[in-house]
Amino acid sequence: MTDNSPREDDYPAMNETFDRASPFADDAGVKAGPRPDISDEEADAAFAEVVTVDGVDPVAARAALADVPWEPGAPKPDPILVADGVVRRFGGLTAVDVDHVEIQRGVITALIGPNGAGKTTLFNLLTNFDTPDAGTRVFNDKNIDNVAAHNIAGHGMVRTFQLTKALSKMTVIENMKLGATGQKGESLFRSIFPFMWRKQEKEIEERADDLLIHFKMDHMRDQFAGTLSGGQRKLLEMARALMVEPEMVMLDEPMAGVNPALTQSLLGHVTGLRDQGMTVLFVEHDMDMVQEISDWVIVMAEGQIIAEGPPASIGENTAVVDAYLGSHHDSALDLDQEL
Amino acid sequence: MDYQAIIESLFRGLIGERFIVFALAAIGLNLHFGYTGLLNFGQAVFMAAGAYGLAMTVVTIGPAVNRNTGLNMSESTLFWVGIFMAVVVFPLVLALLMGIPTLRLRADYLAIVTIAVAEIFRLIARSPSLDKWTGSSDGLTGFTSTFYDLSPFTTTDRYFFNLFTGNQFFLVLVGWSILALGTLLCWLMIKSPWGRVLKAIREDEDAARSLGKNAYSYKMQALILGGMFGAVGGMVRAVGFSVAQPDNFITDVTFFVYVALILGGAGKVFGPLVGAALLYAVLDSSDTILRQLVANDYIPESIMSGTQVGQVRFMLVGLGLILLAAFRPQGIFGNKEEMALDDR
Amino acid sequence: MPHTKLTPTAQPRWLRILLGAIVALLGLTAIGGPALAQEDDSGGEGTEEVAPDEGASESIGGVIQARDEEGEQVLLEGVTFIVTDADDNEVGSADSDAEGVWRVDLPGPGVYSVLLVEESLPEGNSLRNPDNNPLTEISVQPNTNKNTLFPLGERTSSGDNTNRVAQLTVDGLKLGLIIAICAIGLSLIYGTTGLVNFSHGEMVTIGAMTAYVINVTWELSWFGSWMSSLVFGAMVAIAFTGFLGYIYNEFVWKPLRNKGASLIAALVVSIGFSILVRYVLLYQFGGRAGFYRDFRIGEPIDFGIFSILRKDLFIIVFSALVLVAVGLALQKTRAGKAMRAVADNRDLAESSGIDVEKVIRLVWIVGSALAGLGGVMFGLTENINWEMGFRLLLLMFAGVTLGGLGTAYGALLGSIIAGLFIQLSTLILPGDVKNVGALVVLILILLVRPQGLLGRAERIG
Ligand SMILES: Nc1ncnc2c1ncn2[C@@H]1O[C@H](COP(=O)(O)OP(=O)(O)OP(=O)(O)O)[C@@H](O)[C@H]1O
Ligand SMILES: [Mg+2]
Repeated sequence: MTDNSPREDDYPAMNETFDRASPFADDAGVKAGPRPDISDEEADAAFAEVVTVDGVDPVAARAALADVPWEPGAPKPDPILVADGVVRRFGGLTAVDVDHVEIQRGVITALIGPNGAGKTTLFNLLTNFDTPDAGTRVFNDKNIDNVAAHNIAGHGMVRTFQLTKALSKMTVIENMKLGATGQKGESLFRSIFPFMWRKQEKEIEERADDLLIHFKMDHMRDQFAGTLSGGQRKLLEMARALMVEPEMVMLDEPMAGVNPALTQSLLGHVTGLRDQGMTVLFVEHDMDMVQEISDWVIVMAEGQIIAEGPPASIGENTAVVDAYLGSHHDSALDLDQEL
Repeated sequence: MDYQAIIESLFRGLIGERFIVFALAAIGLNLHFGYTGLLNFGQAVFMAAGAYGLAMTVVTIGPAVNRNTGLNMSESTLFWVGIFMAVVVFPLVLALLMGIPTLRLRADYLAIVTIAVAEIFRLIARSPSLDKWTGSSDGLTGFTSTFYDLSPFTTTDRYFFNLFTGNQFFLVLVGWSILALGTLLCWLMIKSPWGRVLKAIREDEDAARSLGKNAYSYKMQALILGGMFGAVGGMVRAVGFSVAQPDNFITDVTFFVYVALILGGAGKVFGPLVGAALLYAVLDSSDTILRQLVANDYIPESIMSGTQVGQVRFMLVGLGLILLAAFRPQGIFGNKEEMALDDR
Repeated sequence: MPHTKLTPTAQPRWLRILLGAIVALLGLTAIGGPALAQEDDSGGEGTEEVAPDEGASESIGGVIQARDEEGEQVLLEGVTFIVTDADDNEVGSADSDAEGVWRVDLPGPGVYSVLLVEESLPEGNSLRNPDNNPLTEISVQPNTNKNTLFPLGERTSSGDNTNRVAQLTVDGLKLGLIIAICAIGLSLIYGTTGLVNFSHGEMVTIGAMTAYVINVTWELSWFGSWMSSLVFGAMVAIAFTGFLGYIYNEFVWKPLRNKGASLIAALVVSIGFSILVRYVLLYQFGGRAGFYRDFRIGEPIDFGIFSILRKDLFIIVFSALVLVAVGLALQKTRAGKAMRAVADNRDLAESSGIDVEKVIRLVWIVGSALAGLGGVMFGLTENINWEMGFRLLLLMFAGVTLGGLGTAYGALLGSIIAGLFIQLSTLILPGDVKNVGALVVLILILLVRPQGLLGRAERIG
């Protein structure tokens, strides 16, 4: 999906160049596939070891959604994240104006909506990467309005970006290790005394390696992240986010630009996360995928939440259909494809 | 032609005072630009902070404090206090001044503010209205005796293949020790998780923040620390030439440091050393060659005069920046793969 | 990727207070001593005897010099002195040369008086004590060369009734308009290509110097004296800098864009050019300051609370006209609309059929030509030297950042505010550090409203 971001325009060369310069760019499709020589069991075992959220029963959490009314701003039985009256304006444009929204703990919630609906902006507001003009956000019963963006991760919420942010000139394993929180060697003073952080570093590295095995990326461990294909970067970004040991992950279009084979494994990873008790909120344009993995769907249009409900209910919702057909400039929209 | 002079200037460039000064400044800039991606165009002001921190403490502020408080600090006490001011206090204040308004903004804002601070420094340091404190355009002298009193070498003898006088040799030895220590520190820090966070911020600040790293704080730490390295460099320069003068720290000096850094390789621990040595070997020897050519009338006065020789090195630096940034941003020893990754 | 963060709200309050305090402190130290400036070595007007040259008879002369903003001595060229004898008959007159030296040969020993023609003083200079002009009762002994001294500087007696604030406002407006003309290009180039062009100041210098070469160095008169007039010089300067802008884009920036060089690399390249060009100019023209011919003479027009020289009035009116024209062109013409569209959102502009490369080329040409024109005007108000553009660049940055990086109208507004601020700050600051004020404002504005007055918040994610 295109993102008409003004800042990106100022750096026009950067996106394309990389691919052209990278020797691996052309065979991205081939390289992006999962690594064949690891069995699924091995990978899953490695995963279960690293990713678990205690005290969450994903099955019960999903079941509880059955009683939730299908309406915008519906209250959830066990919300992990609650936003109230969140408004963000850019000049005359109101990019986000959400009265009330709750995200159920332990389930996969999809956030959909036409281009420019305000999904990314809402992500920014929920993670404090951007400050709303009004409104409050509560995560895990704690008000996070005044928490700095970098402290959000410490609260147990981590997000990825629509434009993938792999750290190009760092290796894959370095990317992963960066995700760990609480590394003592990240303080300037302790950094010059390796004995103070060596041991911890080793543990972190082991965890990172386990996750890489799960994502079947361990063979690229020492490669520069800049040499990865687009899909691999999405994977890396997700794996790196998990290094934070979050309770909730927010993925902005994790499947965009990823080839079908890899998409399937990505979807598998996402449901895998939920089954370990993690809460997932993700933005996606492809309705098939939304139908396939999400437990709950929230629809945005023109900054507002216009519908909520289980995936099956969304296609019939007239407000949603209007929003897509009404607001989209291209008249011929294939509902099956895009919604 | 005096070939010996040319060879001497080549070697002095490779290992002498200027090399030490600019290698130190480049280590600092490497922390800023090479590892954290901070576009600091005011490294010359950090160097000036080191020079003036020492000189002002010994020559103007210290005596004034003595007069007004009845404290009676001796010159050597003032010298050591001065070193603390030069290495810690002045660069710290300066880094806060530059960093607080800009480190939350896009990289180019820091560039603009640092270059503005360089101009502010120039205006203030040269302003006759502050002559009492800064010595205005003539600068300050008379703050180095404590240092040279420590020298075990005789001033009149020449040392190290006749390259240096006793005092110079002492300065160079001390400078090399500082340089070795600084490089070691830098290496330790960069290889640590702290250094990893810096690199992550250079690559993408938002990603680092989403992973729980306080990018602002890290950038500030890097700015302060790198500034302190610059200040040490400036201090060595002031001690080496026995004067702290505004003209030694004009804006363009920063770009000498940039050329040194990019030449040796930004983001490499030894890059600053290699780059500064190469740069000054080239600049100093070409300077000597040109001066000799002019003096011996191989180049007629109408084409180049003695004063114009000094301007040539600035042109070389400008040209060097253009060519390096356009064709070899990874440094002259960088490899292809890095080159590909360099487009960030 | 660009590092972006705009919301100043996230900034802890104590940090801002701390910084404010530091800045205020710096400001205070700078105020330290306007009084000091007065205890200048060169006492009052006077004369002194100098050893006679061989074979010379009698003469009166001197060296006329001032201090510039940084306290450096500047030798003034082209100042006119008229020598009259005891009976008020003019004996002769002379203009000071490039070294500030003037001399009038006398018919013989006697008593003479010297008048400095105040209107011939370059802008910004005035006699410290106008009552001592003309200098009378100078007795010249046989075979001596008498030297006279006319100290310049702050007028001690304010014999006129102009209001200082009003006067400074007018001066500030003039400076602001000049900054604005120069800065439009800087801002448009940033807007369309993302490049912070540190070599933009050199375009200003080149513009000023081109006109200087036509006006002073060559003094062509092939097809009449208009060929060496400043108006013609300015036109050549505009054409030349516009052409250079085209060349610069075509042979440096376009290849770099096509190569996909990062913006950081591009920024460093622009700095390289800034240094290279600056020192080539220094090499070529030397470090001395120059002034345009004519244009310094003229009675100031008195408006009561302020007075203004004809040429300054011309600068203000003309600059304002140029800026209005640029504004209209941006608003109304196709090219102007395209420029704004590209600056606003490059991809969108490209997909709606605008030839972005063409627009960028135009921006380079127009922006550079405007910088050249601004250089000529800047040279009219101050002296022309090799680093005038680089100094102005920092003021442009202040203006452009104040108004909002990348917005054409923001550059306008911010520059004018910067100009006003610089001049008005001399109410408190000594003149030699007046630019510090503007740069401090630049820092402060980033603390409170980093996107500038007319700028727009950036996006994340
Ligand atoms: N920094 C900004 N300045 C101005 N407008 C902005 C900014 N950020 C977002 N917008 C606008 O806000 C609206 C919502 O943008 P947002 O990126 O949140 O949409 P989205 O739902 O994520 O769209 P997409 O599906 O294309 O990613 C858009 O109209 C966008 O142009
Ligand atoms: Mg989006």
